[in-house]
Amino acid sequence: MAKALSKPPEEQGDATETEFNLVGKPFRRVDGRAKVTGQTRFADDVHFPRTVYVKLVRSTVPHARIRDIDLSAALAMDGVLGTLVGAEMPDSFGIMPVSEDEHALAIDTVRFVGDSVAAVAAVTEDIAHAAALAVKVEYEPLPTIASVAEALATPEPQIHDYADEGNIHKKVSLKFGEVEAGFEEADLILEDNFFYEGSNHLALEQHSSVAVAEDDDRVTVYSSTQCPHYVHRALTKTLGIPSSRIRVIACSNGGAFGGKSDPFNHEAVVAKLALKLGRPVKITLTREEVFYCHRGRHPVQMNLKTGFRQDGTMASQHLRTTLDGGAFGSYGVASTFYTGALQTTTYKLPNYWFESARAFTNKPPCGPKRGHGTPQPRFAYEVQLDKAAHELGIDPAELRLRNLVEPNTITANWLRIGTIGLKECIDAVVKGSGWKARYGKLPEGRGLGIACSAYMTGAGLPIYWNHMPQSGVQIKLDRSGNVAVFCGETEIGQGSDSVLAVVVAEVLGIDIRDIRLCVGDTDLTPVDLGSYSSRVTLMVGQAAKQAAERARDKISNAVSEHMEVPAESLVFTGGRVFPAHDPDKGIAFNEAVIIAESRFGTLGTTGSYIPPRSPGRFRGAGVGPSPTYSYSAAVLEVEVDPKTGLYDVDKVWIAHDIGRALNPVLALGQIEGSVYMGLGEAMMEEQAFRRLPKHLSSSLVHKFPSMLEYKSPGFHDMPEMTCYMIETDDERGPYGAKEAGQGPLLPITPALANAIFDAVGVRVDQVPIHPDLVLKGLHAQATGHEARVGPAEFPDIDFGEPLIVHTPEQGGDGRAANDPKAKRKSLRSSSGTMKERDEALKEHSSATLTTD
Amino acid sequence: MLRLPPINLQSPETIQEALKLIAAGDVRVVAGGTDLWPNMKRRHQKAETVVSLMSIPDLDIIDSNSSDIRIGATATLADIIRDDNIRDRFPAFAKAVASISSPPLRNMGTIGGNLCVDTRCNYYNQTEEWRRSIDFCLKEEGEICWVATKSPRCWAHTASDSAPMLCALDAKVRLASVARERELPLRDFYVDDGIDYLSRQPDEILTEVVVPGTSDDAHCRSAFWKLRRRGSIDFSTLSVAAAVWTDDNNVVTRASMYLGAVGSAPIPVAEAESVLVGNKITEHGIARIARAAHKIARPMDNTDFATSWRGKMIEQYVTAALREVAGLPPLRMQPRHTLKVL
Repeated sequence: MAKALSKPPEEQGDATETEFNLVGKPFRRVDGRAKVTGQTRFADDVHFPRTVYVKLVRSTVPHARIRDIDLSAALAMDGVLGTLVGAEMPDSFGIMPVSEDEHALAIDTVRFVGDSVAAVAAVTEDIAHAAALAVKVEYEPLPTIASVAEALATPEPQIHDYADEGNIHKKVSLKFGEVEAGFEEADLILEDNFFYEGSNHLALEQHSSVAVAEDDDRVTVYSSTQCPHYVHRALTKTLGIPSSRIRVIACSNGGAFGGKSDPFNHEAVVAKLALKLGRPVKITLTREEVFYCHRGRHPVQMNLKTGFRQDGTMASQHLRTTLDGGAFGSYGVASTFYTGALQTTTYKLPNYWFESARAFTNKPPCGPKRGHGTPQPRFAYEVQLDKAAHELGIDPAELRLRNLVEPNTITANWLRIGTIGLKECIDAVVKGSGWKARYGKLPEGRGLGIACSAYMTGAGLPIYWNHMPQSGVQIKLDRSGNVAVFCGETEIGQGSDSVLAVVVAEVLGIDIRDIRLCVGDTDLTPVDLGSYSSRVTLMVGQAAKQAAERARDKISNAVSEHMEVPAESLVFTGGRVFPAHDPDKGIAFNEAVIIAESRFGTLGTTGSYIPPRSPGRFRGAGVGPSPTYSYSAAVLEVEVDPKTGLYDVDKVWIAHDIGRALNPVLALGQIEGSVYMGLGEAMMEEQAFRRLPKHLSSSLVHKFPSMLEYKSPGFHDMPEMTCYMIETDDERGPYGAKEAGQGPLLPITPALANAIFDAVGVRVDQVPIHPDLVLKGLHAQATGHEARVGPAEFPDIDFGEPLIVHTPEQGGDGRAANDPKAKRKSLRSSSGTMKERDEALKEHSSATLTTD
Repeated sequence: MLRLPPINLQSPETIQEALKLIAAGDVRVVAGGTDLWPNMKRRHQKAETVVSLMSIPDLDIIDSNSSDIRIGATATLADIIRDDNIRDRFPAFAKAVASISSPPLRNMGTIGGNLCVDTRCNYYNQTEEWRRSIDFCLKEEGEICWVATKSPRCWAHTASDSAPMLCALDAKVRLASVARERELPLRDFYVDDGIDYLSRQPDEILTEVVVPGTSDDAHCRSAFWKLRRRGSIDFSTLSVAAAVWTDDNNVVTRASMYLGAVGSAPIPVAEAESVLVGNKITEHGIARIARAAHKIARPMDNTDFATSWRGKMIEQYVTAALREVAGLPPLRMQPRHTLKVL
């Protein structure tokens, strides 16, 4: 970011300087030098002798039965070594145990243009491509579903037969408290429709995987992935060999943002082909194929109804959302819940009803993208708050301050809140932007907008049910003084390696360069669930801290015997160990290790982390809990040209409650990157599709699967930015740290919409905010119509009987009051897969029948 | 990644040798390759043999000291905007060239390549696999123009930024073939058809562009405006190139205006001439020209931005370009990236 004018770390306060060795100080990231000198080995840089290259044959039709796959022309080509079709890998997989609906290659049905049908392996990538183009697939077309509305209107044929209803994958209705009574108590009720377009992560590195077979039933897969552990599980399902013989190594990722957190079919394909051909097998996706893997932001329609009291406080809220899910489940069930789960975490909301439906459509599957399911309702909420502030005559910043959730409380939907620095965040951006003097007073065409948000610091529950640690760290020390740290965490550019290293270095008081990391390797490192849900700093950090403290304690015990001083008096800092009262008596760290190794034998320690249990006990309570939440507030300044609707974002002020910045420079990078990505979604990004005229074609294609025509801002388009880090020192995080990688994205889209309103009085209730929408609003304004652009209505959906959950305030116990399925819940606990669960439920119902 | 199909690449060292090679049939000419290579990777431009002009010495010479400037076909876009004489004498042309794509592509892309750049359409600039899924389009292998399904013609749009500007500045191009050499006004080089968009014959190579000295800043005032999403990389979704010659009393003696990216060829705006010549430039005159320009352009749904809005922007951008030429104060806001170009 060329012009980011962020506050230098040294001005951010010096509370930590005496307290810590390294924490809170800017240090060079441990992988920085390798990255800038080209030494980092990304998956596509992994080469082995005799490597075979794979291309996937992808569907050219949006929805069809596969009649025939003719591989003969491809197999006849010189240099083609083999092929693979779906029937050879019949077992399904998928990230969520409740929606394991993917196959390595399509079996019988293709569900979108880009769905994988067959794989061709050849001695060069050129031959593999030519051979893939020579594969002939015969299709029998099926009706195509392009939108939530079409999914509702077209229950048959089903894209997946396990959907809740027709082509509605998942339906949710959760009611907390006295929602209707709350609305009766309100002085002002606002009801608005919003739309938030889908977008791709656009990580610079395209997915790549290399598989090497060591035997008929032993294989290693190097991959661009955020979650090697989940890839390991998916490969176990699809390859039909024991998980102990599958090794997944997550390479450094060239960006991921959620786009590499699913296990992917191409990973299973290269592994299978490596086993089949006995040679290393590689695939690197094209940019177009990345758009087909997708798993990006769901397009979400929203209807938000909120009851406000005269003083700006809120009495009740009813949020309805629909998600256009694409062709597979992916993280979609979680995404569905996330479009409502965090609505209660910023402002006090005593009564809250959330309803949602996710549709299957014949498009690439949506999934988790930075902010996972929460930027969409956050946009709706923060824009509506701006509208309420205007209706009630309260300053929008003040309205937010009046509603802040209290720290260490439980929300209406049973989320336990930790520390909150949102007031300090608002104060910082209000002061920085000169809000009080300038908001509402800038010349016509120029405006300020404010918005806030909250985000999880790690999902409270793992993706599949288990009682094991969500993060594990092992430490090996020896006489060299080097400390080797083993952890399944995955560097995706966010700096997780540096967090792991700094925590260990902090505890042991050593130079970060004396630490060797071994990460993201399912054979060599303890399980960490992966780089998603902003969980790494907190969970890996806590596990690393525990392992390092155990190592320090061991060394302390040996050294205290040796020096005849109390173990508690020993200080580890500057690469030395010494008694606090007599620093000169100290010894070098490696000498201390020698003493410990002599005393105890080979040295090694472990650390684990399991998040605290969340108080919610209703179905759906698993999505939303987190050890603690981060908070952000942003002010954007825009200038809008009333003749064209073109606008520039001139300046962004963003404050983020980070708990504590372990490394302020890295944290700043995460905040700036989030702002950049948020602006992309706010201004231009859209995963858009084209349907050709129906009388001529049944096509439904991605409109522009390329980085040229899919518009994402460049650095010319980035405004100046001022960042403030607010430190709340949350006891749940390592050294008080919370997340920074996702939360700061959230306030950007609504702050832009609110700033445009301040500039020209036009409400744009959808993103991206294209200039033609602004101009349309200005035209409406000039012709005496409502100066608003956005969806007119919300689809008519029966979300089903709501689960009634009494709030903590009502004296609830965290359970649903009316859950007919509650009894079955216990059955789910030990069942990892959808298949196992279905069988368990079947057994349960037959057992019920016989005993009744 | 996307890979080039196997090709026979020839790098002749004389223009005569190159002309002989292209006379042989299934051949394409390449200079910087910033257009042809991606097109061939996506398989919508094909050729067994590609003849590169980059090994021909002196084909990249820029002569900007004489009255007319002469630019060899393989002069890079970066060379042009680094040329002080061009920047001083033809600032709007320099601005147009500087707005093309991004610095790395301007280091490779050439003026000849930019003047010949393939017309674009987002039903066409797609991979083989993608185009199979729409059963191809009229421009390449298909039957239907998906932009206008009842249309007998292809509506792919001109994508060159140097073209409308050099048309407005009355530039000429030299074309060579084995048998002959000819010079023609650049405006006659373009044909309003998305497929056959150049009047170049298959055996001809564009060797040089000549911009008359009477079009430089001492004699004429010019402006170039470009509408695109981002401040770099993007092709035009609309461009406006204007040049106006005046006498000592600020009375217009000649005027020329071309629109880019809203038709298959640069579109001349005749009203610029009919309204302005013999008069001083007035806001009223500008408004008339802007309305006329909006009427003659045919923006289609084959590039970025909402099509109807892009149409409305023609009036705004023509107005902005003419105000700049007339020395009138700019309207309150110009898109930031337009100002950042040079």
